[in-house]
Amino acid sequence: MSEHVSAYVSQRELPRLPAPRSEAGLIATLRKNLFATPYDSVVTIVLGIFVVWLAWNLIEWGILTAVFTGANREACVPAEGQVIGACWAFVNAKMGQFIYGLYPVAERWRIDLVHLLLVVFAVPLAIPSVPWKRLNALLLFAVYPIVALVLMTGGDFGIGGGWISFLFAIAAFVAIAVAGTSLQVSERYVRIATWLATAAIIVLFASNIVRSESFRVLGFEFTALSLVSTLLAFGSVAASVAASVTNNQRLKVLVAPVVMLAVILFLSADFGLREVPTHLWGGLSLTLVVAITGIAASLPLGILLALGRRSHLPAIKLLSIIFIEFWRGVPLITVLFMSAFMIPLLLPDGVTFNNLLRALIGVALFSAAYLAEVIRGGLQAIQKGQFEGAQALGLSYWQMMRFIIMPQALKLVIPGIVNSFISMFKDTSLVYIIGLADLLGTVRRGFADPAWITPSTAATGLVFAGFVYWVFCFGMSRYSQFIERRLETGHRR
Amino acid sequence: MKNLVKTLLGASIIALSAMPASAATLDDVKKAGTLRCGVNTGLPGFGYQGDDGEWLGFDVDYCRAVAAAVFDGDGTKVQFTPLSAVQRFPALQNNEVDLLARNTTWTMNRDTALGLNFVGVNYYDGQGFMVRKDLDVTSALQLSGATVCVQSGTTTELNLTDYFRSNNMEFQPVVIESQNDVNTAYEQGRCDVLTTDASGLYASRLELANPDEHVVLPEIISKEPLGPLVRQGDEQWFDIVKWVHFGLLNAEELGVNQDNVDEMVNSENPDVRRLLGQDGNFGADVGLTNDWMVKVIKAVGNYGEIFDRNIGPDTPLKIQRGLNALWTKGGLQYAPPVR
Amino acid sequence: MRDPKTRGLIIQIVLIIAITAFAAWLISNTMQNLTRSKIASGFGFLNYRAGFDIGQVPIDYTANSSYGRALVVGIVNTILVSGAGIALATIVGFIVGIARLSHNYLLRGLATIYVETFRNIPPLLVILFWYFGVLTVLPLPKDAIEFPLSTYLSNRGLQMPAARFDAIAIWSVLALIAGIVGAWLLSRRARAMQLQTGQRPSILWPVLGLLIGLPLVVFAVTGFPMTFEIPKATRFNLSGGWHVRPEFLALFLALSFYTAAFIAEIVRAGIIAVSKGQTEAASALGLSRRLTLRLVVVPQAFRVIIPPLTSQYLNLTKNSSLGLAVGYPELVAIGSTVLNQTGQSVEVVAIWMLSYLGLSLSVAAFMNWFNARAALVER
Repeated sequence: MSEHVSAYVSQRELPRLPAPRSEAGLIATLRKNLFATPYDSVVTIVLGIFVVWLAWNLIEWGILTAVFTGANREACVPAEGQVIGACWAFVNAKMGQFIYGLYPVAERWRIDLVHLLLVVFAVPLAIPSVPWKRLNALLLFAVYPIVALVLMTGGDFGIGGGWISFLFAIAAFVAIAVAGTSLQVSERYVRIATWLATAAIIVLFASNIVRSESFRVLGFEFTALSLVSTLLAFGSVAASVAASVTNNQRLKVLVAPVVMLAVILFLSADFGLREVPTHLWGGLSLTLVVAITGIAASLPLGILLALGRRSHLPAIKLLSIIFIEFWRGVPLITVLFMSAFMIPLLLPDGVTFNNLLRALIGVALFSAAYLAEVIRGGLQAIQKGQFEGAQALGLSYWQMMRFIIMPQALKLVIPGIVNSFISMFKDTSLVYIIGLADLLGTVRRGFADPAWITPSTAATGLVFAGFVYWVFCFGMSRYSQFIERRLETGHRR
Repeated sequence: MKNLVKTLLGASIIALSAMPASAATLDDVKKAGTLRCGVNTGLPGFGYQGDDGEWLGFDVDYCRAVAAAVFDGDGTKVQFTPLSAVQRFPALQNNEVDLLARNTTWTMNRDTALGLNFVGVNYYDGQGFMVRKDLDVTSALQLSGATVCVQSGTTTELNLTDYFRSNNMEFQPVVIESQNDVNTAYEQGRCDVLTTDASGLYASRLELANPDEHVVLPEIISKEPLGPLVRQGDEQWFDIVKWVHFGLLNAEELGVNQDNVDEMVNSENPDVRRLLGQDGNFGADVGLTNDWMVKVIKAVGNYGEIFDRNIGPDTPLKIQRGLNALWTKGGLQYAPPVR
Repeated sequence: MRDPKTRGLIIQIVLIIAITAFAAWLISNTMQNLTRSKIASGFGFLNYRAGFDIGQVPIDYTANSSYGRALVVGIVNTILVSGAGIALATIVGFIVGIARLSHNYLLRGLATIYVETFRNIPPLLVILFWYFGVLTVLPLPKDAIEFPLSTYLSNRGLQMPAARFDAIAIWSVLALIAGIVGAWLLSRRARAMQLQTGQRPSILWPVLGLLIGLPLVVFAVTGFPMTFEIPKATRFNLSGGWHVRPEFLALFLALSFYTAAFIAEIVRAGIIAVSKGQTEAASALGLSRRLTLRLVVVPQAFRVIIPPLTSQYLNLTKNSSLGLAVGYPELVAIGSTVLNQTGQSVEVVAIWMLSYLGLSLSVAAFMNWFNARAALVER
């Protein structure tokens, strides 16, 4: 053993250190933290000079030589020998566009209302001590998107039979999920409901391929097949209700179909709002629309993918892995190009989507892959005993997930979801590639305005946009850290 | 969980804006109540938004002319879709717009391999160069070694290469995706030369801080016949857009304009009578009303009026008619007769 | 149906059938749409003449080359900017990450500000800022800022003398390779000796001699087969020499500084994750602070750092596609030109996606290999 003594280890005793100096007082603190060693002192002095230089330059550019008011570029064009810093007058003049895009000025109150409602619904949900979380979440995730949609577009959608049957088929599946994962349930009726809902989907597909007679029912235009599909979906919901045992359960099952009915009526109602086509949307409000819709739409898909990736069924696992790794392996730009150029080719002749919706689909698929990985992390953090305990109680897979695993896992991954949202918020700046003008896009369009071309316009606009992004992202990242600390005290081992 | 699932439902409802369409564009347009027209994202004089967001320009007026023909004189029933150079063909191919009037060069490849049809040439253009005055360049042949800014994915990018190559000159390309950014890069001195269609150069020059410090060189290095396009496979719609264009030219040739069109209806000139639907059944043959051209001219004027209003000598662009004068005045604009 | 195994099988079969049917539906729609709108399809266009010029051509390319060649140029440019970006981001990231743990208030504070600033703004904005913001500040080529050794900085980029080697210089390269092999053998021997005797022989000078001296000697013997091409002012530009374009600089610096902020956080977390007992044990053994870091903390921190570092490298590679916005001719920028000239969107998008998947997989595979090497070997 003795010949294997490492050369790193000292062979002799080190000299004794002097007694420590006083550790109290401002001077001592400063010495300890800034001038502890000669090397430290050099670093401190060099950095100190750098900080002063940087701060002075920023103040000079942003305040001392900046122009705050002015009607056009004349204000910001430097005279001979003059130095002009930031041109805040540009930001000032274009502020309306930066927030609302080209949204008609007379209708901007609608955007304000949408933003206000977002704050009213989201802030209480984000503060842990505020009660009524369930109702609040329902308002934010179910009611708010619909209200916002109608406010922003103007509503009064012409909804055809195909869409109605599609929406009810989705509602039927949600009803099945609710009924089927209840703790007491009649298996037979659930199976009937599943078959009926599947049949509804198949007929719906057929109605897109086969042309059939069309007529109006209750003011909505149906084709024969889409009507059949809708009726099948209704039948499925009825079976789900029949499958439930208690009245309370029946009510829960009915929530989705009733909400869907309300949604359809609400969307096709005419509120007298002027229609604002999506190509007029822009600025910060578009950034928020894309980021929020993207993350909200990708959450359910992300959960399914995360479950799929941890599934014991090899085909499902493989498909989930392929899907996740595919989207994670390509840049968002190519996804946006794909949704802009390829989605129209993938759909049957005659079906077209609007530009914004296509971008949203691309963004949602992209972020679902990232969310799936975040949620998988949460699932992996759940102790094995929880799964075993649930199985020992005789719960089915979906019951186990709904009552035991997901409530714990989702709580754990809130910080991860917020971080994904931050990425999404930043990534929305790429939508300009497919012709949408988000915050950064409107700022950049502002550069091209001949009325505001000056040497400092571009830098000022970019600094302003950067600051807005920074405020949002920094705020959210702080929130995510706050939640993380809260969870750490309670749940971590 | 449940609530989250509902979010998905909420999001999927935007999908309601999906719209069905069929092969007969005219019927679809009439049914939708608006003509969907693809235009430039912002090129002064040709397709741009005024301060209050209203669309203006030479190409925009073509959209309005077609709308007036279809909707019985209502040139406002147009939904404008701003399209970048890369987006424009897919948008038309995928039936997102019914008509593309976006200063697009007619080339054989675009006409044959992309499933599109050019209806005619509404503006004879050519590619030119703009440089700073203080470089003292007077001819494009002095540009060897220069750095050239050009928009990506355009015919200009290809012509530029061909021109320098055939004159044994070298250049360094700076290829940027949007014309706005190309202009910004030129403005900031990233390149010495800005190249695009001559019409576009005049428009871009307006967007520079000091337009007077820049000159457009005399050389025109390519043929750039610009015109509106439609999808292949709908002959009726193709005919309608084509004859709106020819109608505008014929109207100018016959002296029919926005002011006198009501009197000209009573003209004795058989050419004018046929154009304005007094004789024959020409409008009805393409699925319009016989007085279609009266509606069009009332809405936007004849070709000369559209030109003068948007890009002519009295506008900031100050473009002369040149090649775009009627054939009777030494130009190339020549329309087949209505007969 | 009651048997979980059978049920699982049925579910999988149904799912596979559904997905196959969905895919078939999409593909048949696409084929129909392509035929209906008479859009050309297939990859034949890759052999057609491209006809456009590219600003930065690291491999042979002229306007007479094919579209396929143009796309290859794009891939090479993507790899160039990603590789350079990864290198700089790693260096800056490690420095800032370690600075975040410094005892020095000022250093720590600055590092924190850096991280919090860059993490919270979109990379596209950083790129645009470098390109348009900084481009404005730089002078025209005729007033270029001159550095020593005939190096010039202007709004056309950075230009410096380029070394042009004759064919005979290949011997110096061979000498360098021989030197590397020799140095590797030496260090192996030194290691073996250290294990045997506990003493590590100093091999610094022999290694330096092999790595630098040997190639230099060969270079001198072959008669310095090298000339310098110095940038000269022409009418418009500085031409000749080695030219780094502003598009590359903007993208490279922006990607590096943006990603470095994330790497700094990873490095910090990795170092914190090494338990304090390890550091204490090291100092109890009498290791100096520097040796503690090098031999105890960093190797252990690396195991925590590598997996998230990998995903940052992948992010940087993917973010290089933002070069499109400033006209850096990488894969997406060139692809969008090709897409526009040929109109074949499906094929171009497919090429993009496959190329990035390939790049991502190779970076991931390399990092996994590295990770496996660095992983803790337990008894």
